[in-house]
Formats: sequence, structure tokens, C-alpha cells
Amino acid sequence: MTGPAALPHAPPPSASVSKILTWSVVDGPGNRFVLFLQGCNFACLTCHNPHTIGRCDHCGTCVPGCPSGALRQVDGKVVHDAAVCINCDACLRTCPINANPMVRQLSVAAVLDLIGQNAAFLTGVTVSGGEATTQLGFVAALFAAIKATPALRHLTCFIDSNGHLGSKGWASVLPVTDGVMADVKAFDPERHRRLTGRDNALSLASARLLAAAGKLHELRFLLIPGETDQPDELASLAAFALELGADPAIRLNAFQHHGVRGVATAWPRMERDGVERAAAALRAAGLRRVSMPSVWLP
Amino acid sequence: MSEIESQLRKIAQDPTLSFRQKEHALAVAAENLLSYPLIDAETRQALDDRIICDMFEGHAPYKPRYVLPDYAVVLEHGSAYLELPKPQTLDEAINTLQIAYHHVPSVTGMPVFIGHLDALLLPFCDGVSDDELYRKIKLFWRYIDRVLPDAFLHANIGPTDNRVARAILRVDAELKQIAPNLTFLYDPAISGEAMLRLCTDNIIACSKPHIANHPIHAAVFDAPGYAIVSCYNALPLRGGAASLGRINLRKVAEASRDEADFLDVELPRYARLLARLMRARINHLHEKSGFFEGSFLVEEGWIDKDRFTAMFGIFAMAEAVNHLQDLAGRSGRYGLDPEANALGLRISARLTELVAAEPMAHVWRGFAMLHAQAGLSSDADTTPGIRIPYGSEPDPVSHVRALLPQHAYYLSGVSEILTLDETVRANPEAVFQLAKGALGMGFREFTANVAGNDLVRVTGYMIRLSDVKLYNEGKGSRTNTTGLGAEAAAVTPILKRAPRVVGLESLAGAVA
Repeated sequence: MTGPAALPHAPPPSASVSKILTWSVVDGPGNRFVLFLQGCNFACLTCHNPHTIGRCDHCGTCVPGCPSGALRQVDGKVVHDAAVCINCDACLRTCPINANPMVRQLSVAAVLDLIGQNAAFLTGVTVSGGEATTQLGFVAALFAAIKATPALRHLTCFIDSNGHLGSKGWASVLPVTDGVMADVKAFDPERHRRLTGRDNALSLASARLLAAAGKLHELRFLLIPGETDQPDELASLAAFALELGADPAIRLNAFQHHGVRGVATAWPRMERDGVERAAAALRAAGLRRVSMPSVWLP
Repeated sequence: MSEIESQLRKIAQDPTLSFRQKEHALAVAAENLLSYPLIDAETRQALDDRIICDMFEGHAPYKPRYVLPDYAVVLEHGSAYLELPKPQTLDEAINTLQIAYHHVPSVTGMPVFIGHLDALLLPFCDGVSDDELYRKIKLFWRYIDRVLPDAFLHANIGPTDNRVARAILRVDAELKQIAPNLTFLYDPAISGEAMLRLCTDNIIACSKPHIANHPIHAAVFDAPGYAIVSCYNALPLRGGAASLGRINLRKVAEASRDEADFLDVELPRYARLLARLMRARINHLHEKSGFFEGSFLVEEGWIDKDRFTAMFGIFAMAEAVNHLQDLAGRSGRYGLDPEANALGLRISARLTELVAAEPMAHVWRGFAMLHAQAGLSSDADTTPGIRIPYGSEPDPVSHVRALLPQHAYYLSGVSEILTLDETVRANPEAVFQLAKGALGMGFREFTANVAGNDLVRVTGYMIRLSDVKLYNEGKGSRTNTTGLGAEAAAVTPILKRAPRVVGLESLAGAVA
């Protein structure tokens, strides 16, 4: 699996959206409206949502295998009819580039309308992915529109990001962003490249920038047995987090198999005791706000 | 040995029943030896076919189904019949209530309502420290659960934010008992958001309290008001409900040719028959049983025989709508499809008209009250009340939005339960926001169970832990997972970006 070339930012005010949730308790504080944007600039071996990585190039490979006839090719474009779709996801399995023909194109106005319909139930809005910042223009326009709408401006606006974004990019969106949940996939540059297909310099710089701006809601770190659960990685994580100051919130996540494709399906799962040991090590280093998965699988 | 004798002997000699359960079963069997109140053949047939249902209340109604005494009477005046003086202290007040409960009948043999406890006890709390109050409430709660162990037994608190309500919520979360069930009467203008947050935090701890939308309920009832009892029935205080009957909407739909036939012919037919059945039963209670004549509860003003309503219940709305959708060749399902939901609303509006066309003697205000009924343990292939079928519920926000307009029709209560997966334990603000939004938009009742069960939602997913376990053990496959509707189930919050939703739902509690 190789990462796609740099993805063009979708011109605002529309975005490629793979999924919308009106109830999420795990994407920031309170209940959040979550917009999952399609496309990612990383190609993580451990990705549990690989079908969110690619952008459809309308090759049509998925069309013949669609059992309900929801997919058709019209004027060289793959067209999806949601009314006919039976959500069997056969297309996701046949797609050669980890894309999703069911993705919708939505304008800022359309998303604002959906948020407005659900506003009474919401604490805020989180844009996730894929990688949310690959459609940064849309995110900035959406958040600015939320802040400019009297009935919505109490909603907090969060981004969930792998941090692969430069300072100019952040500057364009932070004035209208209340918090960012930023991933660091690995601290060893070589390991990071091997796991994600990309260098980690930008991600580390992003975490520093966000912490300095007071917008780092949470630093997220995926524990993978034999990789990121190693002492050198945990020591780097502790040192990095302490250097950020203000005792940042750190969420440890545990690698699991569900949804994963490719070589990582043969890797061991991260077990609970290993996560607890890592958390203990971070706490011993002086970090107080370390959290772990709230639910463990049998 | 006659059939009757063998039936009674089976109860008397059943080693699995306690002596009290035997007493109750023998009493029910004896009552059912009597002939049924006189009903016409058409009503009898509909009852035998269980298209209409009497909730197996018994052949000779001799007590109201739900009794909601005004306990303020005994706390303010004592009771001549029970030889109780007016209580002076908190201990005496609690003791008086504990005695009173044993004299309040209901269909279960135990009281379904034990009072607006904060309003009742606050006048006795001057000079009682918070710690004393907490300890006394804790003993009171233990007594209720051990002596009156019935989940339909219901306490009410609110709408004010006060010391007794707070002590009760603290004790309730700590003890996590089945009894008493608890309702907080929430009024955004009076209760305050801090109290709502306390309630939603308690829901996370113990799936209680139920939160009633006080302004909406209060507008339905006159002085002295109402209470929420049993399985979320809103009924007149100092009265209650004489009887509860119900229509199986699924069976009515199956007897109909199409929607028009359902709304214009079959539903009116069975509504008429249910009204006849309820009249026969209520008339027996009021005219023949002697209940109201011989009751000190009436003499002393705890209850008023004119304040007993009739609950006109319905269930299996979901199956009725889906069947009518099938007849119309439409694929949209109840709870998920706007067209199907609109059909559900047409049914509820029609029911409201039909109930308003059936005057009933002895009944509070002369007409029954519509009720979305929660079901009996024996119900099969039907969904309680107006609920969305287990396993097909959308996420909680979509769930509330789908059913919100239905709540306006069910004046004596909607038994509705939202099941929240246990990841909300780490984010209690989300439950608060959901409750605030639902109540703010006019949801009549907010009830949520937080799953400690097999069901877990990580971000976009509802998954069963046992399914994932099978998967991890290599006993399942991607195909199995797809069969569950999930493309790729995320399994811990780490796997949070999985944007494919599945609504797998474990069985929610079905109660009468």
C-alpha cells in the first residue's frame, strides 16, 4: 500500500464526505457532530479505515460487482444512488486504490443546515477523516460559518488530525478552531516512515504549534506491539509531551485488527496490560493527564 | 380431580414459588374462576384473538390498576383509620410513609407510587444535617428495596433543586437498587442545568432517574397535579388509573387491506371494542366491587374516586407501520424513514380522535388517555408502544428526532428507552447534552440505559463484544462482520475513525 501523491485541497465551499454522525461521544468533549472527510495523506499500515484513504478516480472497477445496482458509470463518472444502496460494502472491497464510491460532495451550506437541525443535541462539531486537513479550505470555511451563525456559535469546533500540515495551513484555520486532537504515529523518523509512508517532522511541529497556541486538546498515540510500545518510543513521547508544557492530555490507543488490511493483519494486537504499563511509565515521567481506551474488548 | 382443582393444587405445591407468590397466584386464579364482566360477542372475540388486550388484570376488577395517593394528607393530618398521629420529625414522617405504603393497592399487589418524596419530606428537614439526611434516606431506600421489591414502584422528585432530591440521587447512585424506580420532574425554568447534569450523571451510574418533561405533563393535569408511576405512566395524583387496555396495532394492520382501510375501518372498529371492554371493567370496579365505598383512602382524602383515568394503550406501532408500508409497496421502515414516520404520526392522530369519541363513565374528565404501552413479557414479534424495533434503532440523536413528534399524542405517557453504549461513561457531558436537547425540543420523557452489556459503540459503530471476540479467535470472518452490517467495526476508541455505522442493539428492558 503506497500513499497517494499530495492531494489537492478541495476548493471551498464543498467537501468529499464519507460519513456524518450526529451522535459521537469519542471525538471530543460532549456530544459531537462528526464529519468524516474522505482522503488521507498518510498510508498507515495499521489503518482500520483504509477505505477512507483514497479519492475515487472513477475507474469503474466497483460497478459490475454492485449487487443492488446502486453504482453506475455515467459519462465516465461513477455515480452512487443512496436510495438503492444496501450498504453491503462490496465496492469498498473491490476498490484498487482504497477509495469509496459512496462518498458525497457537500457544500458548507448543506453541512450547516444539518448541524442546525441537530444543534439542540450538540456540544460541538468535529471534523475527522481520512485526514481532515487535506480539505482545509472547507474546514476553515465551515468553522467560520458556524462562528458567524448566532444559533450555532456556541458549538465548539474541533479537528482530528495526523498533524501533517504546515504552519501556514494551521494559521488559516486556528482562528476559528477551538481545539485539535493531534496524532503522533511514532517518534523514530525511520519507524514513522515505515508505518505511515511519511516523515514525522511536520506532525511534531504541528503538536508544538498547537500546544503553544493553546489549541492542543489531546495528543493521541497509537501503541503497536514491538513498534510504538518500545521503551525508546515511550521515552520520546514523555520527553516530547513534557517539553510541550502545561501537562497536555495524552490518549493512548491500542492497535487492533478490525478493518485492517495488508501486512498489519498478521501483527499482534496491543493488549490491555501493555497499555497500562505504558500509561504508568508516562505518569511516572510526570504526565498526569494520560487516558486509555474506556472499553476493552474480550 | 377437576381441572380447576389441579390448577390450584399445582400453584399450592409449586416448590419454586415463595409463600407470598403462592398467595398472589391463588388469588388471581380464584378471581378468574368468576365470570368475566358482561361484554358483547364481538368484543369477546377481539379479546380472545388478543387484538385488544385487558393486560390479564383479572375477571372481577376490585381495585384500580394504579393508585396514586396524595401522601401529603397523611403527613399533614395523620390517619384516624391507621391510628397515626401527624408526624413531627423526619423519622416520624418516613415511618408514616413506610406504614402507608402497605395500605395502597395496585395491580401488582404493591404500591406503584410512593410519593413526591422531596416535597413530602422537605418540611421535616429543618435542623437535620446533610449527613443525617443522607443516612436516613439510605435506610429508607434499603427498606423499600427489601420490603417492597418491585421495579414498578416509583418515587418522584423535582422540579426544584433541593436537599432531599440531592440526597436521594446520591443514595440511588450509590446503592444501584432495582426499587424504587425514580423519576425527576424536570422544568428548565425551575430545576436548573446543574440538577439536570446530576440526573444524567446518575443515569450513567445506574440508568436512573427517568426524566419527565414537567411543563409538558403539568399542562395536561389540573391541581393537585400528577405523578409518574410504574413504567412511566403519567396519571392524576390523588387518583390514578382504573384500568389499562391496549390494542395490538400489528394485528389491526394485518386485518387491513391498506392504510385507508386501517385508518377508516379497522382501527375505529378495534378502538370501539377496546372502549367497550374498558367500560365493562371500569363499571365493575366502580359499581360492583365496593372498592371506593369501603376504603379509608377515600374517606380520609388520600384518593378521590373521580380522579381515576382509563389508560387507552397501544403497542406494535412499528410493526403496524411496516406492514402498511409493505401493503403500499414502500420500503421505508419505521423509525428510519421519514415517510414511514409520517404514517406513524397519522395513526397516532387518528387514535387521538378515536379516544376522544368514546366517553366513559366514572373516568377522570370523561375520556380515556392515550398511552404508548411498554409491553408484556409474553408479547412476541411486537415492539412496545411506539418504539423503534430492537436492533434497528438509529443513533440516539436520530432516534429522538424520529420519535419527537409522536410524544405529543400520548398524554398518559410514552414508554421510551434509549440505550447508550458504555463509552459514554467517559463522556458524561454527552448524555447531559442529549437529555437537554431532547427535553428542550419537547420530548415528553427521557429514559436511557447505559449498557454494561455486550453492546459497545466506538466511534461510528455499534458492535457486540462477543462478535469481535469470535473474530479475534478466528471463528468469524469479514463476511460475518459484513453480515452484521459493518464494513469494518472499530473496536476501541483508538479505532475511532471508522465511519461505517451499525445499529446493533441488545434487548432493552420490556416492562408492563
